[in-house]
Amino acid sequence: MEIITVPAESAALETVNAFIEKKLEAIDCPKRARMQMRLAVEEIFVNISSYAYHPEVGEAEIGVDIDGDPPAVTIRFLDRGRPFNPLEKPDADTTLSASEREIGGLGILLVKKIMDQVDYAYEDGRNILTIKKEIE
Amino acid sequence: MTISKKMDGDKMVLALEDRLDTTTAPQLENEFKICLYEVKELVLDLEKLEYLSSAGLRVLLAAQKQMQKQGGEMVIINVSEIIMEVFEVTGFVDIITIK
Repeated sequence: MEIITVPAESAALETVNAFIEKKLEAIDCPKRARMQMRLAVEEIFVNISSYAYHPEVGEAEIGVDIDGDPPAVTIRFLDRGRPFNPLEKPDADTTLSASEREIGGLGILLVKKIMDQVDYAYEDGRNILTIKKEIE
Repeated sequence: MTISKKMDGDKMVLALEDRLDTTTAPQLENEFKICLYEVKELVLDLEKLEYLSSAGLRVLLAAQKQMQKQGGEMVIINVSEIIMEVFEVTGFVDIITIK
């Protein structure tokens, strides 16, 4: 797994995107799957940036691994902020009307729907969120 | 993101280009803040929009709520397959008007 460490702030999102895009270049990743990976990365990284250390500043570590045939992309997000399992939150209710809808909670829902696998663990004071997608 | 704006009486057409995400959503939010109050018909043209994240959805939902409140209408046109998927999985297809 190739890893980068960045400040956990949304200004670092482009650095993270560039790192992952570069890894995806190694496989022939279709546009739609690339967009889905980018979307999942944005939602998770922005979440970490907003909540993990707030109002302090900390670091996040992002690792990418590609293996198998057809290739599967695994991305792991690690931070040492407060314990938070985004998968525990109930999904945003997508059946409510616009006026009843709350602004928020859609990010993690998107991640769950567009990735094949999303796992969370809290180990040694670290939040570890892993997403996986098979590239067809 | 590039936003092209066309005003025609109380109708406003915004064409969004490139990406509507965490970085660019405040730009659109600001545009709405400045001029949405005087709009009766809001048209968002997404033909050249290539990427949409939840930060963008939040701004669209806020605009939809405001338009409803002031008795206006919001319509989204020229939605690509990739963007449509984001509207579908979040249930936005049921609360916004897509043409």
